[in-house]
Amino acid sequence: MTIDRRKLLQGSAALAAGTMLMPAFARRASAQAAGMTFTPEEGASLRLLRWVPFVQGEEEAWNANTKAFTDATGVDVKIDQESWEDVRPKAAVAANVGSGPDMVMSWFDDPFQYPDKLVDVTDLCTMLGEKNGGWYDGLRAYGEQDGKFISTPLCAIGNAICYRDSHMKAAGFEEFPTDTDGFLKLCTALKEKGTPAGFPFGKAVGDGNNFVHWLLWSHGGMTVNEAGEPAINSPETRAAIEYARALYAVFIPGTESWLDINNNRAFLAGDISLTANGVSLYYSAMKDEATKALGEDIRTQNLPIGPIGKSVELHQTSTISIFNHCKFPNAAKAYLEWMYQADHMNAWLQGASAYCCQALKGFENNPVWTSNPIHTPYSKASASLRENGYAGPLGPASAGVMADYVLVDMFAEAVTGQRSPDEAIANAERRIARYYR
Amino acid sequence: MPDQPASRPSLWRRIAESRNGLGFLFMLPAAVFLLCFLTYPLGLGVWLGFTDTRIGRPGEFIGLENYQWLNDDPVFWLSVFNTLFYTTIASVLKFGLGLWLALLLNRHLPAKNFFRAIILLPWVVPTVLSALAFWWIFDSQFSIISWLLMKWGLISQPINFLGDPWTARWSVIAANVWRGIPFVAISLLAGLQTIPQSLNEAAAIDGATPWQRFTKVTLPLLTPIIAVVMTFSVLFTFTDFQLIYVLTRGGPVNATHLMATLSFQRAIPGGQLGEGAAIAVAMIPFLLAAILFSFFGLQRRKWQQGAD
Repeated sequence: MTIDRRKLLQGSAALAAGTMLMPAFARRASAQAAGMTFTPEEGASLRLLRWVPFVQGEEEAWNANTKAFTDATGVDVKIDQESWEDVRPKAAVAANVGSGPDMVMSWFDDPFQYPDKLVDVTDLCTMLGEKNGGWYDGLRAYGEQDGKFISTPLCAIGNAICYRDSHMKAAGFEEFPTDTDGFLKLCTALKEKGTPAGFPFGKAVGDGNNFVHWLLWSHGGMTVNEAGEPAINSPETRAAIEYARALYAVFIPGTESWLDINNNRAFLAGDISLTANGVSLYYSAMKDEATKALGEDIRTQNLPIGPIGKSVELHQTSTISIFNHCKFPNAAKAYLEWMYQADHMNAWLQGASAYCCQALKGFENNPVWTSNPIHTPYSKASASLRENGYAGPLGPASAGVMADYVLVDMFAEAVTGQRSPDEAIANAERRIARYYR
Repeated sequence: MPDQPASRPSLWRRIAESRNGLGFLFMLPAAVFLLCFLTYPLGLGVWLGFTDTRIGRPGEFIGLENYQWLNDDPVFWLSVFNTLFYTTIASVLKFGLGLWLALLLNRHLPAKNFFRAIILLPWVVPTVLSALAFWWIFDSQFSIISWLLMKWGLISQPINFLGDPWTARWSVIAANVWRGIPFVAISLLAGLQTIPQSLNEAAAIDGATPWQRFTKVTLPLLTPIIAVVMTFSVLFTFTDFQLIYVLTRGGPVNATHLMATLSFQRAIPGGQLGEGAAIAVAMIPFLLAAILFSFFGLQRRKWQQGAD
């Protein structure tokens, strides 16, 4: 006879409660005293699978919060780390096999690949939203499906323009241009001064996708419409490609081969004076004595606003999902509730030193955003964030289109002249139609 | 097993005592191993190619739909072209340079063993590490080659190694050749050393020129080992993954995407396991053709094919 552990646990919950040791009661009491809505099950323990931290302070703050949670509730939380590209396959297998980690901190549309394998967290997310000024729309979209929260939005990894102030001034610009036309003029002027800009047109998972989505969206283009039908073949896409071609012509040569790290490297070596990146670029410049002067010359700005008249960007987005196979869903919810409590969330955002942008509007006044003017543009990431695969539904199709570099390829084909813009669009349309079949 | 029915031990004994039964038993571990770790994954891969499976989620049988889509997919055909080009050029270069190196090492050089050991280094270094080194060598801004040529005043701006489709293809081929030569050279050197010196001496006495000795004595005796070495070399090159993944991820604009890297990109990060499997299965005919060519094309003599 096989024993189903979950059934056994459910069946013997009363018994277990009766035989529990006293300290557990004491811990439970303290958890409730902290004003928590969710009470962990007796004897609960959790395993969280998360991406390898990019910033040490972020990891330290997260682990400190977790330890405080364990101390307060007695729930042990084991944290496994996986490199950020490997989280997706690992989590998908865990979801469908029904074992492994109880929760996963994953990227983009991952929860939408297996929504029926996730614990409904509408109660938790509604409560968190009400307490903390509401969710940002873009991040909310990454957690909500058909009015139900299947995942808890965690943060956006902000992306912003990093540029050399002295080079911009040398090129004849006092203020950083806020619209796409002015931005093209600035890049042209920088090129003439021999200090060009550079954005990746290569297979850069993060930076490349951020850049091309901004190109497309700022001009009003979209991959699919609300019904998930391909909508890439539009005058807006053509305008975006024209704009990209003009930019490419004044970029440093070689951007079509760039992977994620190349723009950082070129910027830190002084070969380019403008690119877009996470705040990590600034910190790696300041960390090294040799590039400290360069780091002090860095200023940051949000990506310029295009013809559609508002700021829209992709940004990496992370959410936390609880799997159905988690034996202690209440403990998992309590853990998340704990992590989103103002003190803990603020400490975490500060630890991440502007790398992670809050998912809840209530945290927008976190001191990290004003502690250094470099940080400020990154605080707007969550507000400008638009969900992948706009305007269609999130799911395997939107994830596949990004992972297969459909948009990156379309822009790269057109700017390098390998295909005409119309051919590049037609090719992208075919590939999009395939994913959304 | 005292409680077993009486027929069981006698069946066991009959198997153990029969010649065929015993042979079967001895082969069983190897057969199970092959079935579990070769036949099953291969069969599963072929099956996945006929389904629309996504990662972690079973798919449905969709017949040849994946292959029809790939047939219309220019990216796939580009990857087929890239793979064939990459394999052909790199294999030819590796064979030519490897044979040359083997012939040199077969001579009586001072510190012969030292050279033979050092030749193996590119093969010993993990591919990812050497690929990272090449990534720097081919960097569009910091390439040492560009830097040197610029220092010497031969070029005015860095060479766009991995940015232009054709320079990118040649660059990845150069990296692959660098890495693959030692394998070919050392294997052929081993083959060269099995050729009796007396044959060469006899030919020399008969007045054969060095070139004649090479083409009439050395090369014919070397063909069996050449066939094996080049089969392996072609297979390794055809299925290369790490080098491309580190250097270009298949860019610029898919100009260096091999079938193996495209299969990975669509199957694992893209989640479309079925389509990825279909691309992998599409590699099988090419691989079979390479193996058959080496067996029937290069090993013409009957004794080389195993028949006496």
